[in-house]
Amino acid sequence: MSGNGQKWVGKAVPRKEEERLLRGLGKFADDIKLHETLYLRFVRSPYAHAKIANISTAEAEKIPGVVCTLTGAEIASQTQPFIEIAPDAGGKIRDYPLAVSKVRYQGEPVAAVVAMSAAIADDGAEAVQVDYEALDPVVDAEQALTDASILHEDAGTNKVWNGVFEYGDVEKAFREAASVVEIDRMHFHRFSSTPLENNVVIGQWDPKDERIYYWCNNSFPSFAIQFLAAHLNVHIDRIRVQTFDIGGSFGIKITSYPQMAVCALASKKAGGRPIKWVETRSEHMTSSAHGNERTFRDTRVALDENGVITALTSRHIDDCGAYPRYEPLGCVIWSQVFPGVYRFKNARIDFSQAVTNKCPVGPNRGYSRMQHLWFLERVVDICAHELGIPADEMRLRNYIRPQEFPYTTPNGCVYDSGNYPKMLDLAKGLIGWDAWKKKQAEARKQGRMVGIGIGTTLDSGTNNFGQSQIVNPGAPFSGNSQGANCKLDIYGEVVVAVGSCPQGQGHETTAAQVVADVLNITPDLVTVRTGFDTERNVHTGFSGTYASQFAVSGLSAVHGAAQKLKAEMIRLGAHVLESKPEDLDFGIGGQGPEIRSKSNGKSINYWGLANIVNVNSAVLPPELYEVTLNCRYIWRAPFKVPDIKKKYGNLTMTYASQLHIAVVEVDRDTLIPKILDYVAIDDCGTVINPPIVEGQVYGATAHGIGAALLENCVYDEVGNMLTSTFSDYIPITAMNMPNVKYGHIETPSPHSYSGAKGMGEGGAAPIHTISAALQDALFDKGVFIQDSFNNADSLFRALHGEIGQTAKLVKVERRVGSKA
Amino acid sequence: MPETIDKVAIQLKVNGKLYSLAVEPRTLLVELLREELNLTGTHVGCDTTYCGACTVLLNGASVKSCTMFAVQADGAEILTVEGLAKDGKLHPIQKAFGDSYGLQCGYCTPGLMLSTFQLVTKNHEPSENEIRKAIAGNTCRCTGYQNIFKAIRLAAQNMKGA
Repeated sequence: MSGNGQKWVGKAVPRKEEERLLRGLGKFADDIKLHETLYLRFVRSPYAHAKIANISTAEAEKIPGVVCTLTGAEIASQTQPFIEIAPDAGGKIRDYPLAVSKVRYQGEPVAAVVAMSAAIADDGAEAVQVDYEALDPVVDAEQALTDASILHEDAGTNKVWNGVFEYGDVEKAFREAASVVEIDRMHFHRFSSTPLENNVVIGQWDPKDERIYYWCNNSFPSFAIQFLAAHLNVHIDRIRVQTFDIGGSFGIKITSYPQMAVCALASKKAGGRPIKWVETRSEHMTSSAHGNERTFRDTRVALDENGVITALTSRHIDDCGAYPRYEPLGCVIWSQVFPGVYRFKNARIDFSQAVTNKCPVGPNRGYSRMQHLWFLERVVDICAHELGIPADEMRLRNYIRPQEFPYTTPNGCVYDSGNYPKMLDLAKGLIGWDAWKKKQAEARKQGRMVGIGIGTTLDSGTNNFGQSQIVNPGAPFSGNSQGANCKLDIYGEVVVAVGSCPQGQGHETTAAQVVADVLNITPDLVTVRTGFDTERNVHTGFSGTYASQFAVSGLSAVHGAAQKLKAEMIRLGAHVLESKPEDLDFGIGGQGPEIRSKSNGKSINYWGLANIVNVNSAVLPPELYEVTLNCRYIWRAPFKVPDIKKKYGNLTMTYASQLHIAVVEVDRDTLIPKILDYVAIDDCGTVINPPIVEGQVYGATAHGIGAALLENCVYDEVGNMLTSTFSDYIPITAMNMPNVKYGHIETPSPHSYSGAKGMGEGGAAPIHTISAALQDALFDKGVFIQDSFNNADSLFRALHGEIGQTAKLVKVERRVGSKA
Repeated sequence: MPETIDKVAIQLKVNGKLYSLAVEPRTLLVELLREELNLTGTHVGCDTTYCGACTVLLNGASVKSCTMFAVQADGAEILTVEGLAKDGKLHPIQKAFGDSYGLQCGYCTPGLMLSTFQLVTKNHEPSENEIRKAIAGNTCRCTGYQNIFKAIRLAAQNMKGA
């Protein structure tokens, strides 16, 4: 009998998704064609901040083929503003899917045109006349906090949120410090992982059953329906969301619910016909979502005589763009990695978030933690340099030690496992650290600017939504959960559904591996449903794909459902085979997957079991009526609600870690930074499918390198977005992606059933690593790498004294007793 | 905007099949493929000729079908991803991408495989630089290109025997 106890988890099982995608038969949202579909185009604001004086849709409506138009005022009269997660004053912001009386960012939709074809809708959108009265735009978050020009009059302030995170005894640590380093200002730039497939929504408000149907590529549908139901005044069960293959999201497609709302309302107005909206790339760049931009002010670091950081204080200002939407959750999510990979216990961070006249932000890959981790890595490098400690040695002195896991952070998070020194060792070995140090010294003699940088980061996964109560005590969220269903269908097929919403992460494959191990069969015998569907009834309010968690929340749910199914199969099998449950074996026999009795040699295949339950149930004794072979399981993360006042508690279940090293040269003539060598080490605990994990690491590495050197959402001083096409934004290509040396270690998580940790976001390690390498290349030029984005232009300005001058921005106070 | 737009008659061969069609002059080739011929394996990613998700082969040369009008393809022979497999069997390039984990979400993959097709049909031992250049116009946001490089090397090897 095959199915001979071979385990599939941990193996390089080929991806089940591949076949259809390779043949061009993937089903992406734009591929779906429904009868009687109408097409929608948005009319968008050319201004970053302006009053809408008048909108005239009359000319558009005259165009043959235009069916109807929709304006913000019309929508506001029949809907509620979207839910705001912020408490007051941020909570008073009124967010509608079309601008109502004013526009707050360039590209904000002000009207929609619905037509018989996409081309006619385009023509119609051009014929809509909008009169604007320009207002003063605010494009900088620190300036926004002065409230000189207010975006949302209902809120009365641009400040969305403010809170102080303080732990330990900061003042004492500073009093006792051997040295104190002060850094004036650092800035993490705005970028987006820009999935290659843009947002797509097909929405239908069907008058026949008064239900709203979506075929779309939203990546967190259970979040979207909570916002949509409240906005549209409908029962949440009336909304059905289906997703299929999704061409990447990286978090950016979480916040497509405003466009989903417009499609439903437009469908209602058009008599219930399906409305299709396919976003253009420029729409995506100007008005879908960007990652959070953050400014770090007045940072002070206390260190002991050995260069060990003992305390840190800082003021952080996050820029969420024109509407908070998923925010201000980012105002607490960074604190999942409060001390990063370091041991300091005393810290005070004053955190604010402001609205600005720019595209709203969304939870982009590495969301909110990467900004903070970049900040910490900059702090560590600057301190090391100022105190004359090598960057690697500085980290070893400050890293949380392997024997300290599980490690409780100052704010109560529990880091499950890790071994940062081992990762550093492995990385140094793979890149040839000593050889590069020699080469660097020789290059410097020739006047070349070569730097070596280290970045150590965390990818916290499966978060405790109780942290939302830290930003808003009234928020009705805590914990985390995911659902899955595992069944034998009528003919005995093993079918799995799970509440995730994958976009290339291989969930169909890894879920099949888990189920195959439970039932001792092969993954090809397990069908895993593609995409998400509310009608499968396997979603909870947290279902979707985001925040590095499928290996934990998703696969725990799948595992639980499979175990439940197995238990039912044993009950039924014991009855049918007249055996004791403990005498039953699972495996594959001559007639497919089966259960066999070790005591009497009888067996029954899955068809037989499914037959009894589904279509032959008169043979069942009443005590087995509850056996359905159709098992739904909801997995729950064992979280507690955090202490809201102290901002203390475990905010995440698993902490995957990354350690990258880059060697970067800044060309002497062009100042173009070039990566000479790159290594990425990953630790996501027990690995479910090694090539899938490796692929995620490469992908996250490309996003980070792109963000560090190429990709920047640039606005001018009046809020014009200057990078609204790919040709301006320059997503990383094969021409500028270096070869990456990959290595990994496994420190199994004690927090997940399998030892796996969620992964995929990768902590944006390359951004920190490249900043560190550039810093190392330019220290002796008096340049301080104060921004996460660096290109030839910014390096030119730094080398010519216009920006990033160490002497102006960094101060060091050495006290008696300082050995460093 | 004119009230009515005269359609233009064109003929083209796609994946070996001849089509006679009437199209609006403003129809892009990718729109024709996706909307009229229902060949939805060819994708749109950027609208500005950067990303190459819409790459097809036109008379053997890779072109970005979002940057050509359908009328410009009059008389041409076009190969799309749907035409790669023969008799249900995956093309060696498709097999190489699958075996190398050269895709994640799969959205860029059809365009990448057609750019690869242009490279490896002529060159069975492409250098690293030749590989990078061949796909310089194809953006992938998931894989970081590493496994795509592997896939193209493997595809070139697979093509030797093909």
